[in-house]
Amino acid sequence: MTLGEAVREALAEEMRRDSRVFICGEDIAEAGTVFKVLTGLVDEFGKERVLDTPISEAGFTGIAVGAAMTGMRPVVDIMFGDFSTLVMDQMVNQAAKVRYMSGGKCKVPMVMRATLGASRRSAAQHSQSLHAWFAHIPGLKVVLPSTPYDAKGLMKTAIRDDNPVVFFEDKMMYKLKGPVPAEDYTIPFGVADIKRVGTDITIIATSSMVQVALDAAKMLEEFDISAEVIDPRTVWPLDEKTLIESAKKTSRVIVVDEGYERYGVTAEIASVIAEGAFFSLEAPVKRIGAMHVPIPFSPPLEDATIPTERQVFGAAKALCG
Amino acid sequence: MATKLHIPHAPFRPGDKPDFSNIKLPKAGELRRPPTRIHANETRDLSFSMIRVLDGDHRAVGEWDPHLDAETLRQGLRHMLLNRVFDDRMYKMQRQGKISFYMRATGEEAVAVAQCMALRPGDMLFPSYRQQGLLIVRGIRLVDMMCQCLSNSRDNLQGRQLPVLYSFKDVNFFTLSGNLGTQFPQAVGWAMAAEYKGTSDVAVSWIGEGSSAEADFHYGLTFASVYRAPVVLNVVNNQWAISTYQNVAGGDQNPFAARAIGYGIPGLRVDGNDFLAVFAATSWAAERARQGAGPTLIELYTYRAAPHSTSDDPGRYRPLDEWQYWPLGDPIDRLKKHMIARGEWSEEQHAELEKELTDHVLASWKEAESYGTLNEGPWPPVSAMFEDVYKDVPPHLIKQKRELLE
Repeated sequence: MTLGEAVREALAEEMRRDSRVFICGEDIAEAGTVFKVLTGLVDEFGKERVLDTPISEAGFTGIAVGAAMTGMRPVVDIMFGDFSTLVMDQMVNQAAKVRYMSGGKCKVPMVMRATLGASRRSAAQHSQSLHAWFAHIPGLKVVLPSTPYDAKGLMKTAIRDDNPVVFFEDKMMYKLKGPVPAEDYTIPFGVADIKRVGTDITIIATSSMVQVALDAAKMLEEFDISAEVIDPRTVWPLDEKTLIESAKKTSRVIVVDEGYERYGVTAEIASVIAEGAFFSLEAPVKRIGAMHVPIPFSPPLEDATIPTERQVFGAAKALCG
Repeated sequence: MATKLHIPHAPFRPGDKPDFSNIKLPKAGELRRPPTRIHANETRDLSFSMIRVLDGDHRAVGEWDPHLDAETLRQGLRHMLLNRVFDDRMYKMQRQGKISFYMRATGEEAVAVAQCMALRPGDMLFPSYRQQGLLIVRGIRLVDMMCQCLSNSRDNLQGRQLPVLYSFKDVNFFTLSGNLGTQFPQAVGWAMAAEYKGTSDVAVSWIGEGSSAEADFHYGLTFASVYRAPVVLNVVNNQWAISTYQNVAGGDQNPFAARAIGYGIPGLRVDGNDFLAVFAATSWAAERARQGAGPTLIELYTYRAAPHSTSDDPGRYRPLDEWQYWPLGDPIDRLKKHMIARGEWSEEQHAELEKELTDHVLASWKEAESYGTLNEGPWPPVSAMFEDVYKDVPPHLIKQKRELLE
């Protein structure tokens, strides 16, 4: 099953299980989203529950917050994660704070789905990975699946969670295949997954970068460097324990994330490692993220802005050298 | 789920036979052309009905006839036809993998072409995509547009921006945004600044009917109204926002032009496939802005004959031949027939022009490719991406650039 299909299946199963779940967003009904992730859902659930909205991200995120407060479980579809800048007031100042500001009387059990990731030749306004913005905000949870299995299990947890959850899918990974069991399962938030066991260096990677890290690990194998690859799966809540334990075991750590490197997810995780495993480290924690430039269209330019397996491999070799 | 909510539906879906007989079109020439200093209240008929000039016999009729001379008409026809031939070539090149992305304006060429011809060169354009006609009218060479789409060594945006999201400051054409609607308040701000500076230039902006649901549309109207900014704001209602029909953005039976009235802005609803009507309405609005009488909202009623983009598959959501049934026809064909009816044009001249433009587009493409292709280069230098992030390249980017080039 592909990652896109896993997301769709999770949504379909939750919609069958719970009539309060509905989806709203742009081009989601007949078109099934521009990435075709929701294809067919409108046929089963109708146009009321797969609601094509006006092009108004702040508008349909706002109606989701309102509906969620009545006990509905909206799933908001933000076509490109770059458009999430438009929903910041609803997500940051409303969804994230309504429980707090209502003395705990109101809850906002909504999921905001958005895409991230470059290398689709979509240029500056359709390629960014802005998940760090949301991870910064108290009250929000932020999910970044890297496999079909994780995507399905985490999506179910997100929908059943009584807090607002932001769920980022890498648009380049929708066709990634992986095993997904037929039976119902969920994956708890805040539990990292060790994607590859190793002893010499820990590569902590998120979303699109997990595959990059695994490829780099394979290259390192040829140089007798055993890399452990860990996917936190949720950047908030963050499974600090698993990350720190691995860092203590290997004593060298690289953090890779497709968001801008500065003030990003890599910085947060690096500081968690520094605080929790400092005296076990043989080298400073290395961060690798997107360059501090808007993402260009030109393929050779774009490819240079985001982390590659070669870059991770080179950094790992240098750390282990 | 039992619901009393109204969920808008597209009139026709794949497999249906389109029938637009429910669209009530007023007769050409029926509406009055009021003086430009008018209150929004007095434009109810103009915003709920439709300004049309070309009648069924291809004659220009009524008060809105702009009385254009034959040379202007020939220019208009030429620009529109060039727009279409250019689009068709670029579409083919995308299908052959020579460019990665394209958006055609097929069926709505009169919007950009007639509107731009009705403006002055100093007027600032804040476009949405599908307005390549503006650049054609303002004299940008096709080669330069092609190089942008090819992202090659002559790309004026140095490989940074998505194909067709042009930027040509030299001809007062603002940078296109892939995130929608942002240009509306910007145009109002530009227009307010023009007043501060004491120029007589006006700002003109376009938004799709779909993205009129974005807050920026409403911000633009609010500020334009409050400060009476010299701005012409256009809603291109081409019926489709990717897969959603216009009623998803506007509800059923609610003209977008009529939204202006609540903001205290005159609204004009125009047959967007009628070159003369589009020209006349734009002239009226630009004149009004230049006189200091304030903004106008124009709805251009047209049809997006092409897919949203080369990434879109309209077969999922609409009958593929829907355009054939569109009651307002093809803007190029309608202007051509009008000129023939006036004795200023012939089928032979038209065929000749089409051949000339096809050759011109082909030669332009060959020249553009000689400056580099998307797949094989030469491309803009990698160093280009570190420039223009800030006014001066800061030390951390100099370092990144050095590391990358090593």
